[in-house]
Amino acid sequence: MNFETLLQTLVFGFFVGSLYGVAAIGLSLVFGVMKILNVAHGELMMLAGYVSYFVFSLFGIDPFVSILISIPVLFCVGLLLDRLVYRRIHLLTGEAKIKNSLLVSFGLSLILQALAIQFFTADERAIQASYSGYSLTLGGIILPYTRLISLFIIFGVISLLHWFLQRTITGKAIRAAAEDAEAANLAGINIQRFYMLTLALSAALSGLAGSLVIIGYGITPTVGVVWLLRGLIVVVLAGTGSIFGTFSAGILLGLVEAISSTLFGAASREIVGLVMFLVVLVLRPQGLFGKKG
Amino acid sequence: MLEVKNLGVAYGDVRAVWDISFHVNVGEIVVLIGPNGAGKTSTLRSIAGLQPIVAGQVDYLNKPIHQPKLFTHAHELVSQGIVLVHEGRRLFGSMSVSENLELGAFSPQARKVKNRTLTQVFEMFPRLAERKDQRANTMSGGEQQMLAIGRAMMGLPKLLILDEPSLGLAPLVVKLIFDVIRELNQQGMTILLVEQNAKRALALASRAYVIEQGRIAGTGTGAALLNDPNVQHSYLGGVL
Repeated sequence: MNFETLLQTLVFGFFVGSLYGVAAIGLSLVFGVMKILNVAHGELMMLAGYVSYFVFSLFGIDPFVSILISIPVLFCVGLLLDRLVYRRIHLLTGEAKIKNSLLVSFGLSLILQALAIQFFTADERAIQASYSGYSLTLGGIILPYTRLISLFIIFGVISLLHWFLQRTITGKAIRAAAEDAEAANLAGINIQRFYMLTLALSAALSGLAGSLVIIGYGITPTVGVVWLLRGLIVVVLAGTGSIFGTFSAGILLGLVEAISSTLFGAASREIVGLVMFLVVLVLRPQGLFGKKG
Repeated sequence: MLEVKNLGVAYGDVRAVWDISFHVNVGEIVVLIGPNGAGKTSTLRSIAGLQPIVAGQVDYLNKPIHQPKLFTHAHELVSQGIVLVHEGRRLFGSMSVSENLELGAFSPQARKVKNRTLTQVFEMFPRLAERKDQRANTMSGGEQQMLAIGRAMMGLPKLLILDEPSLGLAPLVVKLIFDVIRELNQQGMTILLVEQNAKRALALASRAYVIEQGRIAGTGTGAALLNDPNVQHSYLGGVL
């Protein structure tokens, strides 16, 4: 394998890794703040993909513009899910909470998959925009425009999220609830309301991720689990607490997958992430960027 | 101001508080003393709206706030003026001093006068002003306790509840904390205090209650309890 092929592989790994990062930030936000694992996160991405697909195929709305629709739609789905499903789980504590969150969200993911097969059929959908085939070539390396725009949008959104969590009082309240829910409650913060907002934000991020996935890669009703698995690996790699840490871990997974599939064949792609997952769990359980304790 | 009637608190099948009744009048410093595991912290957590009660009733400003079937959450009580400084301080350790204080003024009415309250907090604890950009968990125990009290002040408490504010602190800092409690009281804040340091606490108290095994075992003015032979024996090390 020559240098150019390697570089090209890494570039594509970087692009897909940025999406792993976004998927993982959504998962990590809910896990860090609410201490529940939302297994249905991948299905929320899948739904967002279909939102983009249908507004494109029915109304001809540009897939990147459709993010402006899929994000608010998924934000509302998040609010609704919290109201109908997760609110009951917040009332539990400790082990009962994590166990029930797993069971309930796993059930939810199955239901969403079944509904998607029913209404959208099991066919794979993707969006071919007029500019889909075009790319920038830099020193022999191909940079498709769609991937570049995706990356640009992702950087914008996670920077905005970072600013929101670090600088605004609402963001600080979310961080306070993540750090110590009782102490936040004693400071006058209505925990339930901020949990609801957190789930909605996470769903909105899955909205972004899902729309970008259908532009670059394609969506089926069962695609969620693939992205969920990648997201989980990234969350474990990164540890919770840092948006850019999680994003970097996403990129890392993308790069490692790309290299291993070039070197050892496409099948190794599925394995390498899980191997990293195990190694990090054994050697550095707080994650690469997480803090101890 | 606060009236606790036959309070019962349980964690699952484990009863922490059996039958506790006491009251706090406006402007008082009321102290609860008692051995570890007597139910003091559970009592405070219930009053502040962190733990539902299983028996009895708690009234605040002549209105019931807690009954076995009525639970007012902590954040609602903060806007009504009940603020608890939890045992162990419970700061937001990864955030700065300023951010902790800002979050203390989260309720709408507190947020409106945030800057004015902040000036008062910094006047009372100049150390916090010096360290306002420092991460809370990198400060000393004494500074952290100042921040915990400062954060509570930001919520504009009418009734400030403190759980073991002097625990694990150096004697000089303990004195500072008690001076601050006295000063806040003189400014008109009503105080409910749980303390291991019974001698200092009783010296400060308008009235005090002794809690043992989830029940009230005695009550009196601070001075009366300081001179009570049983209290001296059990909580004041037998010497005075």
